[in-house]
Amino acid sequence: MRRLIALCALALLLAACGQPAATRPTPPPIITPAASTVPAGATPAPSAPLVVMTHDSFNVSEDVLAAFTAETGISVEFLKTGDAGTVLNQAILSKDAPLADVLFGVDNTFLSRALAADLFVPYASPALAAIPAELQLDPSNRLLPVDFGYVVINYDKAALAAAGRTPPTSLEELARPEWRGQLVVQNPATSSPGLAFLLATIAHFGEDGGYTWQDFWRDLRANEVYVAQGWSEAYYTQFSGSSGAGPYPLVVSYATSPAAEVFFSEGKLSEPPTGNLLVPGGSFRQVEFVGILRGTRNEEAARRFVDFMLQPAFQADIPLQMFVYPANPATPLPEVFQQFAEVPAAPATLAPETIEQRREQWISAWTEIVLR
Amino acid sequence: MKLDGQARSILPPGGGAWPVVGIRPTIGRVLLYALPLGFLAIFFCYPLVAILRLSFAGGVGGLLQALGTGYYWQVLAFTTGQAALSTLLTLAIGLPGAFVFARYEFPGKALLRAMAGVPFVMPTVVVAVAFGALLGPRGLLNQALQAVFGLATPPIQLGGLAAVLLAHVFYNYTVVLRLVGGFWANLDPRLEQAAAVLGASRRRALLSVTLPLLAPAVGAAALLVFIFSFTSFGVIVILGGPRLATLEVEIYRQTAQLLRLDVAATLALIQAACTLLLSLAYTRLAARAAVPLELQPRGLTARPPRRARERLLVGATMLVLTLLLGAPLAALALRSLLAPPGAGPLFTLAAYTALGENRTGSAFFVPPTVAIANSLRIATTTTALALLVGIPAAYLLARGGQAPQRGPFTRLRAGLYGWTDALFMLPLGTSAVTLGLGYLVALSVPGLAGLRTSPWLLPLLHTLVALPFVIRALVPVLRARNPRQREAAAVLGATPLAAWLRVELPQIAPALATGAIFAFTVSLGEFGATLLLTRPDAPTLPVMIFRFLGQPGALNYGQALALSTILMLITAAGFLLLERLRPPGGEF
Repeated sequence: MRRLIALCALALLLAACGQPAATRPTPPPIITPAASTVPAGATPAPSAPLVVMTHDSFNVSEDVLAAFTAETGISVEFLKTGDAGTVLNQAILSKDAPLADVLFGVDNTFLSRALAADLFVPYASPALAAIPAELQLDPSNRLLPVDFGYVVINYDKAALAAAGRTPPTSLEELARPEWRGQLVVQNPATSSPGLAFLLATIAHFGEDGGYTWQDFWRDLRANEVYVAQGWSEAYYTQFSGSSGAGPYPLVVSYATSPAAEVFFSEGKLSEPPTGNLLVPGGSFRQVEFVGILRGTRNEEAARRFVDFMLQPAFQADIPLQMFVYPANPATPLPEVFQQFAEVPAAPATLAPETIEQRREQWISAWTEIVLR
Repeated sequence: MKLDGQARSILPPGGGAWPVVGIRPTIGRVLLYALPLGFLAIFFCYPLVAILRLSFAGGVGGLLQALGTGYYWQVLAFTTGQAALSTLLTLAIGLPGAFVFARYEFPGKALLRAMAGVPFVMPTVVVAVAFGALLGPRGLLNQALQAVFGLATPPIQLGGLAAVLLAHVFYNYTVVLRLVGGFWANLDPRLEQAAAVLGASRRRALLSVTLPLLAPAVGAAALLVFIFSFTSFGVIVILGGPRLATLEVEIYRQTAQLLRLDVAATLALIQAACTLLLSLAYTRLAARAAVPLELQPRGLTARPPRRARERLLVGATMLVLTLLLGAPLAALALRSLLAPPGAGPLFTLAAYTALGENRTGSAFFVPPTVAIANSLRIATTTTALALLVGIPAAYLLARGGQAPQRGPFTRLRAGLYGWTDALFMLPLGTSAVTLGLGYLVALSVPGLAGLRTSPWLLPLLHTLVALPFVIRALVPVLRARNPRQREAAAVLGATPLAAWLRVELPQIAPALATGAIFAFTVSLGEFGATLLLTRPDAPTLPVMIFRFLGQPGALNYGQALALSTILMLITAAGFLLLERLRPPGGEF
């Protein structure tokens, strides 16, 4: 009897574990397309909220969002599911039965992957007219630029002053002995600013010639560069200019970080404790895009929301909610941005297709040079 | 194992007879056992199979490629090595603590035990901040040492493997303390006394009586600590530095950056296979070491330390606990209260008051009370679910140790129990990245999509991780309990339910409490899956802490530390409360 019970239990277990294999035999293994589950031409109930899938850092003011809902009658629900890379992967894996109607947060380092996966439907929003062409990296208008920011090196003003030195004036200088053990970067395999900074160095030093990006990183390693896992750890436990008061005076962060230090100081600081190291080739521009997910049952509402993200109210809300720049250059910037947020003169640019093609190779080479 | 033979000789001889006479095998029992197995099948096997099928849909090229890469084998070797070292070190530091907590009463015991569990819920990046605040180049200790001895450079340089081991002990001390200490507390001290009367030295009595009896509990703790260290992600990369990579790090890299699901799934399978093998080995050993014992109420086994030697031991344990676990936590709490340098008072509550204000008018603002309520709701639901599923699972698995010595299917049955047991450990050893994607794929099926936003999703997921703790806490006690007591109750006319409630429940209550405490803890601290599946309007405390640490600025940093301190206090309060819960009449 007991034997029987145990065997039954196991059979149950195996049956349950094996079931997906039995019922859904062939690849592609996931999900019937959403379209087939809904009768053609079916319209959603007017009360169905628009679902926007985005990353953890997305933010918007309550009143700006409320105004959108009041004006359009569309209520919005947000789905935040990890960092930008994770969100995109989730969208790719669930593309036959999308989790949301709109996805915000694909950046230019992932743009090609998103387009290749054919996740989005084109939408030439009228609001695009106000957005500079250089930000519109997808000519098919499946992904529309919403904001951008710069990854740069921040330095601790007090620490450098105490040591009686001025900030370095070039990337090359960072590889010299006088800056030994001063810089914290993030691992490009696990951190998006880390990858952006690596891309900046690749664009600056190039892949061929007498001194390539690989040579630069070899020298940085010899110069005891510290590699942190992610931005939070780098900034708060290793960088000396943050409240965490770590040991290193230089860190890879954002060009808006000094402004954020003033904004989040509770009025105690009138000057940022940190500065941006605006050296040639030392910055990378990250552009963030929004797109309407293929398979949405709510395309009209999704279009309204995309328009909304590109229009003045939302654009003006971007700086203080996400500490990046609005894509529309006519947007008035808050005072703390005007005073302390700097725009690097010539940020590095790499074509999104090149990034997607070479990402694995570059990260592997970097890992080999810096970590092994 | 002499005791074993003696105890068994009283029982009816082997053959087909089952040594445990309890509830007769009925439909009810089948249903009871179907509950944990079904739970595991639906909430673990199904999503895992879903993601594996998707990952290998394009063939096994990635699998072969990963297996042929020497680097991954190096990573596996390092992952295993550091986990083994962490386990040994945690046992070496934790076992004396377990002894002291089991055998002595001393002031502040409950509080210290609660504090020992707090690190378990702290997000790694916060622990990194705590260690940095204490041991970092500009930490309190280095500054003090530099000031006292007039040193130019900080004397303590923490990093690499040493930091990893220290952090693993910091996190896992409580596992040894509770699992071993809990079992030890109910062990009859007269066994050792009898050995002493028969002329055994103190050391001999410990080595040949106490430790063999404790073996299942020590093994259970070691297994859990090992699996935890084996799948460690944050501790290794944040405290150990980026040059130390574990399998979990590679899985993340292959998934998030490269979307090479086949390679990631292969690594996740290797990780799971190691967990499975280890759990199987443990199950075999533990089943062999199990001995029926007369478990004693704690009131009889613990007493205040009397001799100088005993006092010294208790004092040393308190010191280790305070320095190793208390100091980093205290440094964290202190930092949350420190005002920014400059004019004004030294301490401030600014970070705490700011938690309640929506300064930027954000649509995602969540008051801390809501996050606390979310965390507590999920943690209590998890605890209830983990007990509901874990108790029948533990009963089922405890039988594996009591299989008859002979019989036609003995080997098969023992193997079956072993595999089932190992299967329940598997969620702990499965990559969170892989399982998280598995849930996504599994829930994309139209009929299940509703579960994606269900408030039950997170408690269910947390229960998966909490189950191994409930099971490992219960099984040693269930195997050690003496069936004759319940038989006696049955002979005296008690119904099976009454016999269970009045005789057995009080005996297993401490282990249940231990399991409940761990389930509560695991849920409060769980971060990886929570971040993927939480709704923006209902974050837990660790998710809120993570959000604050994602933006620059003193206020964000202060609020993260303030929330961490609140998380510590809530955890400790939860422990103290759970320890007070006792079944009626239970004095164990």
